[in-house]
Amino acid sequence: MGTGHSHALYVHEHSPIHRLTPEAKIVAALGMVVPVAITPREQVWAFALYASLIVTVLLVARVPIRFLGIRLLALTPFLAFALFIPLIATGETIEIWGLALSVEGLWGTWNILAKATLGASVSIALTATTEVPDIIRGLGILRVPALFTSIASFMIRYLELVTDELGRTRVAMTARGYDPKWLSQVKPIASSAGALFVRSYERGERVHAAMLSRGFTGVMPRLEHRVTTTNEWLQVTVLVAICVGTVTIALIVA
Amino acid sequence: MHAPDGFLNAGTAVVTGAVSLGTVGFALKQSRERLKEKAVPLAGITAAFIFAAQMFNFPVAAGTTGHLLGGALAAILLGPSVGVVVVTIVVVVQALAFADGGLTALGYNVLNMAIIPAYAGYAAFRFFRRMFPKSAGGVIGATGLAAWASVVMSAIAFSIEWLFGATAPVSFDDVFFAMVGIHALIGIGEGVISALAVGAVMASRPDLVYGASDLTRDQLAETKSMKMRTFVIGGVLVALVLAAVVSQFAGDNPDGLESVAEETGIIESGGDHALADSVFADYATDGISNEALSLAIAGIVGTVVTLAVVAGIFLALRDNRGRDPAAV
Repeated sequence: MGTGHSHALYVHEHSPIHRLTPEAKIVAALGMVVPVAITPREQVWAFALYASLIVTVLLVARVPIRFLGIRLLALTPFLAFALFIPLIATGETIEIWGLALSVEGLWGTWNILAKATLGASVSIALTATTEVPDIIRGLGILRVPALFTSIASFMIRYLELVTDELGRTRVAMTARGYDPKWLSQVKPIASSAGALFVRSYERGERVHAAMLSRGFTGVMPRLEHRVTTTNEWLQVTVLVAICVGTVTIALIVA
Repeated sequence: MHAPDGFLNAGTAVVTGAVSLGTVGFALKQSRERLKEKAVPLAGITAAFIFAAQMFNFPVAAGTTGHLLGGALAAILLGPSVGVVVVTIVVVVQALAFADGGLTALGYNVLNMAIIPAYAGYAAFRFFRRMFPKSAGGVIGATGLAAWASVVMSAIAFSIEWLFGATAPVSFDDVFFAMVGIHALIGIGEGVISALAVGAVMASRPDLVYGASDLTRDQLAETKSMKMRTFVIGGVLVALVLAAVVSQFAGDNPDGLESVAEETGIIESGGDHALADSVFADYATDGISNEALSLAIAGIVGTVVTLAVVAGIFLALRDNRGRDPAAV
């Protein structure tokens, strides 16, 4: 597990953002996403300001823009729905290229487009600069219940193992000529899902026994880690303050 | 269904967030009581399984594929509360660590993808179990129907959230019909895979299937289940009939009314702008102002889904109390 599953999303760099503690970055991410989500959609300038802020963060973190683009593709289904809205929305319409588009619907499209893209960019900035186990550790420091974070960190620890097992099953099935095109041919996939569950559960039992023999009492031990400095919290506060200030002005103007 | 930020309005995000937080807290407490110190490794690794199971692409027809959501499957295999915890962790980690789904959308994403499929799906499972014989085949059949119902209920929940928190004036009817119609079909895959997966687990480790823990050894041996092809074709037919009924009920009248209203200019452009521009812009009235029928549908299906979730929670509580905690 030396490389960790997070490497698909993690951009290995040595920027100031990478060095920030995970809890500081989680607070910063939430402090940016919440103002974005409640900003009135007509305040286009506010979204431009958020975007420039996020781009600055990504530049400082040296996350390639191409990487951001690829990750944003995950939004496609929702953006497709958003683009469809003006055609089915009610209310006053305007004609563009021969199509009667709802004005309110167009605002709706812009609203989802802007907020989803900005929100996802913030999440991407967080995951690109923080290893997944560190994010979970940060949640623990932010007082998320220990049972939740322990289960989550266990999941992440075994995720690659389980998905690898799934991948090997797939390869074995393909090698034996399995190529389903219809739902009625699905039985082998479902059987392998069942087998994977049994294997995972039994692995859980074995790991549990191994943990008990090493003195496990039900709570994962907390490992030592660097405490967030006042200076770091100050940086986060400045970032969040800009966003909160922006949304306050936007709400007053609206 | 990993909705991004800003998909529903702030009020809906906050309300669903509070509901999800409370319910997941309850589910965590229940899980700890049931699994004791086994909770961490067992729930952790099965969460990894659900994460992986969502990567199980299955063929729908002629080259197109869908993927498993796994909420009902998790609840039937692990019990409703552990199921909620496991799927919630998957959804939260996907948002935080894999940038999949918005951070401010976590409230409704957890509600739609974890709480409703697991609790309401489990209640549906128990309901369908009563209709089938007490045998392994009965458990498999009930799993299929419950997994299908869990996907449909999740789609219903999303439509109702849209009714309250829409960010664009798309009427409840349109969203409801599209979401429920599409998910009635997608759900068939979920149902088939979940049923067969539970069947595969029952064949090797029946003791691991929480939803079958009331069966005796003899009942477990009875695996007279439906043939695959019959099950799929039957499922498609049921879903099509349902979609047709729903469309008759929900689609025709209101849309007709709307077009008449538009032609005659009854529908004013924009409506109340002071309200529409606010953070808590409420488009519900826009879509349903003259559609008592939509409101009735929303009320009825909303009540059914809520009752199912409550039933699931109740079953989780009762089962937990009556069970020997040592025998997981």
